[in-house]
Amino acid sequence: MSSEGRMAFMPFITAGDPDLDTTVAVLKELANCGVDLIEIGFPYSDPIADGPVIQESYTRALNNHFQVHELFDVLKSLSSDQTTTLPPLVGMVSYAIIFRYGAEKFLNEASAAGFSGLIVPDLPGDEALEFSQKTQLANLDLVQLVSPLTPEDRTKRIVQTASGFIYCISVAGTTGVRDELPAELTTHLESLRQLTDLPLAVGFGISKPEHVDTLRGKADGFIIGSAIVKQFAAFSDSNQTRAEVISSIGNYASEMMSATRG
Amino acid sequence: MTTILSDVPDASGRFGEFGRRFVPETLMHALEELTQEYEKAKQDESFQSELNDLLKHYVGRPNPLYFAERLTKHCGGGKIYFKREDLNHTGAHKINNTIGQALLTMRMGKKRVIAETGAGQHGVASAVACARFGLECIVYMGEEDIRRQKLNVFNMKMMGAEVRAVTSGSKTLRDAVNDAMRDWMSSVESTHYIIGSVIGPHPFPMMVRDFQSVIGKETRAQCLEQTGKLPDQVIACVGGGSNSAGMFYPFIDDESVKLIGVEAGGRGPEPGEHASTLSYGAKGVLHGSFGYVLQDSDGQTQDVHSISAGLDYPGVGPEHSYWKDSGRVNYTAITDNEALEGFQTMAKQEGIIPAIESSHAIAHAMKVAREAHPDETIVVCLSGRGDKDVNEVARLLGQEI
Ligand SMILES: Cc1ncc(COP(=O)(O)O)c(C=O)c1O
Repeated sequence: MSSEGRMAFMPFITAGDPDLDTTVAVLKELANCGVDLIEIGFPYSDPIADGPVIQESYTRALNNHFQVHELFDVLKSLSSDQTTTLPPLVGMVSYAIIFRYGAEKFLNEASAAGFSGLIVPDLPGDEALEFSQKTQLANLDLVQLVSPLTPEDRTKRIVQTASGFIYCISVAGTTGVRDELPAELTTHLESLRQLTDLPLAVGFGISKPEHVDTLRGKADGFIIGSAIVKQFAAFSDSNQTRAEVISSIGNYASEMMSATRG
Repeated sequence: MTTILSDVPDASGRFGEFGRRFVPETLMHALEELTQEYEKAKQDESFQSELNDLLKHYVGRPNPLYFAERLTKHCGGGKIYFKREDLNHTGAHKINNTIGQALLTMRMGKKRVIAETGAGQHGVASAVACARFGLECIVYMGEEDIRRQKLNVFNMKMMGAEVRAVTSGSKTLRDAVNDAMRDWMSSVESTHYIIGSVIGPHPFPMMVRDFQSVIGKETRAQCLEQTGKLPDQVIACVGGGSNSAGMFYPFIDDESVKLIGVEAGGRGPEPGEHASTLSYGAKGVLHGSFGYVLQDSDGQTQDVHSISAGLDYPGVGPEHSYWKDSGRVNYTAITDNEALEGFQTMAKQEGIIPAIESSHAIAHAMKVAREAHPDETIVVCLSGRGDKDVNEVARLLGQEI
């Protein structure tokens, strides 16, 4: 991507919101827009790092009886479907789910379902050593998060167990759309650059092309969650058809794709 | 003397395999700072003497160890004693912890406090501590608990705290913890989160246990003085597990003392009908630590039910998980109806209106006492008084106030 001189766009969607058929349809739509990577959030009953938009989407999926193994099944059949080529998939999943499911079982099934990496927001670097060895064995990347409040010595330790890319949280806080990205973000990215060769992707708060412009040259990619996920609420709006909602998500993704080129 | 059982957690917050820190990176630095500050405060004589002075003159410690003669006769068997946390300022054990954490908040130079509450007792105790020291206080409370605990909501507001209704999920304690954690994520530089039980990421389970251990320390000394020996059995109710941890910890290395934690058995053992995490749960992660939880096979937290808002929690502190697996503490459950009966018996026999949480421990103590020899002493932690519960109890008994 950086060789093409553009940034990677990584949209986030919640699996099973409002059902897995919709998840598949949206994945295909995003793939057609040419997005670089898709983050798939696993609905969790007690998310701490997420703001209200993503929590509500988890609740919609769980109310509709989302189950981890069903997601894996659906993705497996999607990746054997010759008509669609999906970009790399990265799962965003609480350690509560992984542990209860059984770490090895989860990792093997995730890998078989086509995931190339995982983000485990409640498994900070300190606790991730053992787990990062398991992810390696399952051929999955373990993406680590770095917050603006992470001091340099912590960051140095964290980037050592990271692979794939570094998820740079733009603000101290939860996920959710914000008007402006903080001014300190640039210095934070510059100092991170000194500590790792992994690509830097920025997430939390990003929603519009202007945000992307401020990141150009400083980050390698960006993640958009709430701005996409909030559109999923419209699936339960009887005034819009499913096709309309999906194409509006696609339009938004295409607009952000153009922004990656500046 | 400390042993492998009492010399926990280690530096990473492990009680055996339990505990640790499963939180977003944004909170990690604050947890490290808090751990350091707490360790320093523990060694600092001026901190300890300020805390002890407040516990004595503001909270009203030591509170009595009371021999419940009539209840003992009523049950027929072992002697029942109550550790009277209900006589503390604010009427529950929760204040032991909030005073300690409020002092720490000021040491860290923070001016804003958040807290979560179920029964409202921890919310009130946080509001009190914040009023006492001039700190801003925001309390997260589930909508369902706001309905059940109107008196405490009013009290918190009187003391200048802001009560924020939590409308997500089951609208009870666990959702209040989620929202408080989220607030903390975006305010951690200016705000301290006073967690109300021995739950959450390290150092909270250790720190809250330490602040609550005053209960067990006093009980131990009072027992020796009043009965000439250690108690035979010690019983306390378990929500998140703070009054019980504070009561049990000073007895952990006394092998002769039987320790029993009593959980909310609700309407029965089916999922969703109770909040008996240690009796029916399995190992998992919730609210930043690893321990027993009530979850489905996908790791989603199960709904819980209890007559008492303070026990209505699908997790439990990691040290209790450790005590369960080591066999040091036995855990059992008391149903809603049994607790209601305990509540009424206590009121009639002893002229004490207990918190509905504490009534679980009382109900179990009554069972145990009947089986025990008259020379045996059974000490029960009366974790709080029942003023907050009388409206709900009247409603359940079909009476009007
Ligand atoms: C009086 C009383 N007892 C017990 C509890 C349960 O909490 P813990 O298990 O942390 O002592 C509460 C919680 O609100 C309470 O108010």
